[in-house]
Amino acid sequence: MAPPTQVLVCDSTACRSSGGEQLFKVLRGEIKDLGLDVRVVKTGCYGFCGLGPVAVVHPGAVLYCHVDEDGAGEIARTHLRGGRLVQRLLYRSMNGEGRRNFLHEIPFFEKQQRVVLENSGLIDPEDINEYIARDGYFALAEALRSRAGPAGVVDAVLRSGLRGRGGAGFPTGRKWSFAAAQESPEKYIICNADEGDPGAFMDRSILEGNPHAVLEGMLIAGYAVGAREGYVYVRAEYPLAVKRLEIAIRQAQKLGLLGKNILGSGFNFDVDIALGAGAFVCGEETALLRSAMGFRGEPRVRPPYPVEKGLYDKPTIINNVETLANVPVIIRCGPEWYAALGTGGSKGTKIFSLAGQIRNTGLIEVPMGISLADIVYDIGGGPPPGRRIKAVQTGGPSGGAVPAELLDVPVDYESLQAVGTIMGSGGLIVLDDTDCMVDLAKFYMQFAAHESCGACTPCRVGVVHVVDILERITRGEGTMDDLHELGELADDVREASLCGLGQTAANPVLSTMKYFWDEYLAHVKERRCAAGVCKALSH
Amino acid sequence: MNAEERNYLVLDKIIERYGERPGGLVRVLYKAQELFGYLSPDVQTHVAEKMCLSVGHVHGVATFYAQFVTAPQGKNVVRVCMGTACYVKNAEDILDRFRELLGVETDATTADGRFTLSTTRCIGACSLAPLLTVNEKVHGHLSVEGVARLVELYREDDLDTDEEVSPVERERERERQRPASDQGAAPPPH
Repeated sequence: MAPPTQVLVCDSTACRSSGGEQLFKVLRGEIKDLGLDVRVVKTGCYGFCGLGPVAVVHPGAVLYCHVDEDGAGEIARTHLRGGRLVQRLLYRSMNGEGRRNFLHEIPFFEKQQRVVLENSGLIDPEDINEYIARDGYFALAEALRSRAGPAGVVDAVLRSGLRGRGGAGFPTGRKWSFAAAQESPEKYIICNADEGDPGAFMDRSILEGNPHAVLEGMLIAGYAVGAREGYVYVRAEYPLAVKRLEIAIRQAQKLGLLGKNILGSGFNFDVDIALGAGAFVCGEETALLRSAMGFRGEPRVRPPYPVEKGLYDKPTIINNVETLANVPVIIRCGPEWYAALGTGGSKGTKIFSLAGQIRNTGLIEVPMGISLADIVYDIGGGPPPGRRIKAVQTGGPSGGAVPAELLDVPVDYESLQAVGTIMGSGGLIVLDDTDCMVDLAKFYMQFAAHESCGACTPCRVGVVHVVDILERITRGEGTMDDLHELGELADDVREASLCGLGQTAANPVLSTMKYFWDEYLAHVKERRCAAGVCKALSH
Repeated sequence: MNAEERNYLVLDKIIERYGERPGGLVRVLYKAQELFGYLSPDVQTHVAEKMCLSVGHVHGVATFYAQFVTAPQGKNVVRVCMGTACYVKNAEDILDRFRELLGVETDATTADGRFTLSTTRCIGACSLAPLLTVNEKVHGHLSVEGVARLVELYREDDLDTDEEVSPVERERERERQRPASDQGAAPPPH
């Protein structure tokens, strides 16, 4: 018997906005009118957001992109009824290599290794049964059944080498072992889904495309450290992610995978949602805690760390979305399998969002250790025609720019630090010769000034002062004294600020001054902006 | 019972549900903003009293977070995304064009109450950069030239109707009758 025909339509924020919702409706209608026995399924993100809206027809994994409403009709008539491919909507390589009919043939996917995103774009995120059919919640069952108990789970995560995907890279197993060692009847697990980095959208995609993986990660964490309650702290700017999470939580509760006596093991755990309300600083864990408790999101000094004194002063684990989504994979496939992925110090895969001046924008998952050049040129397809890549900004407002000549740097926590940036949460912004690095530094510093919570003076006052200097420079009124002061001030802000936001706020300035000093000089000495971005300067 | 009284009743139910723990305040304020359109001093005071919190605490939270507004909003709230990907694709110029066309500064509402112009933090659909949201709807791949058409679309939308079909959908319908040459928004590269 032939496998049933199915059409998977991406239903994540980006594809929806470019016409995906309409595509789904029209496709369903056409199929019904033609009397075909074909199932149309809404899925999460495939990652190739620049091609949206996309639809994949199975069997065969034929990828159709930029599907407009007429295209939906064509797919129904020509492909589903007539058995022929709709040539007009197939993927066409920009490098002139002709059409690619099938998903796996597309260069964008060739160098990727989809471990965490394996189910994204494949299953309906609003149906728990589809997750279970893909071995979902089996890792939880495994953990609960294991003779090694909670300590065995902590040990497995330790041995896997998993490090925090929120950006700092702290070993997850170590964090868990600290929390497990705390004597307290009440402990909490918090999933940090505040993804405030402009240009990063991997957490949104995971929550929209595979929310149960995050819940399962939280359950396993709860079991490992002895917590009974979890919260997902999620940005309100992600309404679709919030909706899918709510559905996922309800479905898991209904099946008894959340709540009391889970799978008959005696383990109780439940999850609720805490809404973030638009403050970048709330990604910092101590600020997040205050926000989740209904206060202004102002950070405090650490120690004490949240694992000792967190939510309502109880021991609390705070893990990023992607970190938690890795956990079920580690338990299911084994820590040894996981540790074989990636490099010596950075295990596993990393999800990046690709945006800016690049042909293929979207979401990718790659093994740690791949070079930035491979990501940008092979997966991303390089810059738009006729342009030249100048730099790649990693780590968002806390990160730095890696210049084109250093793009061979392998993607791991230490290598990126060595070139003056950070892994960060995974937003990669590609910049080309039409971008001005001084202006970019100004953009990030304005962002930091706007998002500074105001609790400490170096950040509240220092960052604003840095913005003033950068504004003078981009207006063509900068002096060499300004440049000198800029460097000093950036150092002061880094040294003296209270929390991670302030300590890293000046990184974009420091890294652009290091690698693009000539642009600063041109702005000050020649009153020239080669990229033509700074309007006050002739070029 | 008028609409406002009804809203207060609904709000009290929400406070009963989420207000037990202090952590519920943000959620309560969200719902309050959904009901009333913005967080007026009266609404803030009401929430504070019902949740046994000081008005100062509630006001402090309401003014700390970007998502909360403490002034009435226009019928169509335009939020231009100012994330990095949008910024490097000239979001600033798009914002300028809106200011010019609507005759208002950022975070202000037009005299006729039709539009509020604002910016938003990255909404994570960077592949569509530069983009904006009008109310809950995302519009991507914008161009400075396309702004005027977008304003026109929402301006045409009759203030008194509560139609299911958004003006954009109606326009799409017309678009199909028209040649593709005069599209307002730049088509994505393919």
